[in-house]
Amino acid sequence: MKRLGGFWLLTALVVLLPIIFPDNYYVTVVAVAAGLHAILAVGLNLLMGYAGQISLGHAAFFGIGAYTSAILTTRFGWSPWPAMAAGLGLTGIIAFLMARPILRLKGHYLAMATLGLGIIVHIILVQAEELTGGPDGLGGIPDLSIFGWQVNSDLRWYFVIGTTMLLVVWLALNVIASRSGRALRALHGSEVAAEMMGVNTAATKTGVFVLAAIIASLAGSLFSHQQTFISPDSFSFFFSIELVTMVVLGGMASTYGAVFGAIVLTFLPELLVVFEDYEVMIFGAILMLMMIFLPQGLFVGLQELLARSWRKKALIATDAQGGKHDAA
Amino acid sequence: MIDQILQFLLTGVTVGATYALVALGFAIIYNASDVVNFAQGEFVMMGAMSAIALTAGDGLPMWLSLPLAVLITIGIGLLLQRFAIAPARGASVVTTIIITIGASIFLRGVALLLWGKDIFALPSFSGEQPIHIGQATLLPQNLWVMGGAGVMVLGVHWFFNHTTPGKAILACSCNRTAAQLVGINVGMMMLIAYGLSAFLGAMAGILVTPITFTSYDAGVMLGLKGFSAAILGGMGNPMGAVAGGLLLGLIESLAAGLISSGYKDAIGFIILLLVLFFRPSGLFGRTSAERV
Repeated sequence: MKRLGGFWLLTALVVLLPIIFPDNYYVTVVAVAAGLHAILAVGLNLLMGYAGQISLGHAAFFGIGAYTSAILTTRFGWSPWPAMAAGLGLTGIIAFLMARPILRLKGHYLAMATLGLGIIVHIILVQAEELTGGPDGLGGIPDLSIFGWQVNSDLRWYFVIGTTMLLVVWLALNVIASRSGRALRALHGSEVAAEMMGVNTAATKTGVFVLAAIIASLAGSLFSHQQTFISPDSFSFFFSIELVTMVVLGGMASTYGAVFGAIVLTFLPELLVVFEDYEVMIFGAILMLMMIFLPQGLFVGLQELLARSWRKKALIATDAQGGKHDAA
Repeated sequence: MIDQILQFLLTGVTVGATYALVALGFAIIYNASDVVNFAQGEFVMMGAMSAIALTAGDGLPMWLSLPLAVLITIGIGLLLQRFAIAPARGASVVTTIIITIGASIFLRGVALLLWGKDIFALPSFSGEQPIHIGQATLLPQNLWVMGGAGVMVLGVHWFFNHTTPGKAILACSCNRTAAQLVGINVGMMMLIAYGLSAFLGAMAGILVTPITFTSYDAGVMLGLKGFSAAILGGMGNPMGAVAGGLLLGLIESLAAGLISSGYKDAIGFIILLLVLFFRPSGLFGRTSAERV
């Protein structure tokens, strides 16, 4: 129960927000984007934070999911659910085929390979015009409907994406606590040691890579139905970087940290709009400063800070008690 | 056909020379401080943009504005090292990557604020009269790019092999603590490495801008290409990075001419991925990656 304490807190937050602030732009529009980003960040965090494998091309899988859904529903008349399943399958296969050669690489080489993969997918989305609509994008993507319930308002999307995010968070928490989760953390610590203990590192890495890709693909399909229009801009190198930043900003190897990072990074540009021309510059500066002064991430950093001050208080309290005791 | 290929090769070498300079900058910073500097492309942009801003209108003459632009960019490189990289020493690979990405966004923001979104050009150094080689043509500026890059690469090679500061930087990259113990001022060496890297970026920008033009976001793709070139050649080997840059330029130019200009970047990256799959530490790097 204690393990899922944070999860119930998050659930309460997701449910209460629209009740406390109905019709609020930040809840029905920005929070929906934040929810999608959280799904992506939680998935990427499994790969980066727990397994320790950097990926600078995660937007590729988000894009493959989104475009599979969009193309199959608009050009081939599929209904959304099988299209989404096809997207998940296709992403899974591509990720599985790419996993072995890519995950053999280490450090900067791994960063470069994943970055290259992301850019290649982005270029294909731009160039394969007859299929993807090219740089102009693809519109007219139908609404999603769940047993006849049309998801066609901001508030309904809020609940669909909120629920999906909670499910993904729950899945991630369980994966981490499972046997494979321990294997993941072991290979992050030392691959050789993990192998010596009988962990099949190749299979574990491949598994987590595919899982993270499929989660991204799911987010992509939802994104494409929610937006009803998509263009390659949403799946560029910059978005991959943004995702990595969310994971690191929240704090690596913390699922709630990833959610927190996604929320911060989605709201930050909204808040910086008031600076107009200075927006880009300030965003860059904030990114640098946070990483320099809180390299372990905002969420994890704050958590540690709080824990330390609590411990201090607890220490003072016990000291005081001890003092009384002596006096008696 | 032969003439066409000759033309592609000439273009490829020019583009490749630019990539080579950016890649060399990458490799120098990586060797000195283990940081992949994603702001490397912004050095190129800043060099070109400040040169243009200084010469614009009734500004300074070229012979004065170009060195000033280079100095400004070196200043940016030193500030980056001193205030963003040095305080985060000991941080993980990903953290430093995000710091340099933050720096690159910051510099882009500054350029956007100062110069807007327009595309700018710099006048050619010595006229626009094309030179004919068979059916292929070459601008004098292409020769400036190739020649300038060649001189700088040789200069860097000489610097690292025959001067005390160059050797000291190499010592720092081998073992920081040991370098400090024999009396090398590690902090100073890091500053020199970043300054040198910024210098190479600015020079690349100034040399190539008369041909390719520049804008506030021109550094992004150049930075990525430089990183690819450095990886292609093998990250730990500066001369490998130069070879990687030339190779990437040639591949792209041939791919654009013979296959498809829209897919030329993709073809470059596909070849890079294939190289990494079969030689995980680049073409000229030491083999160190493990097999899964």
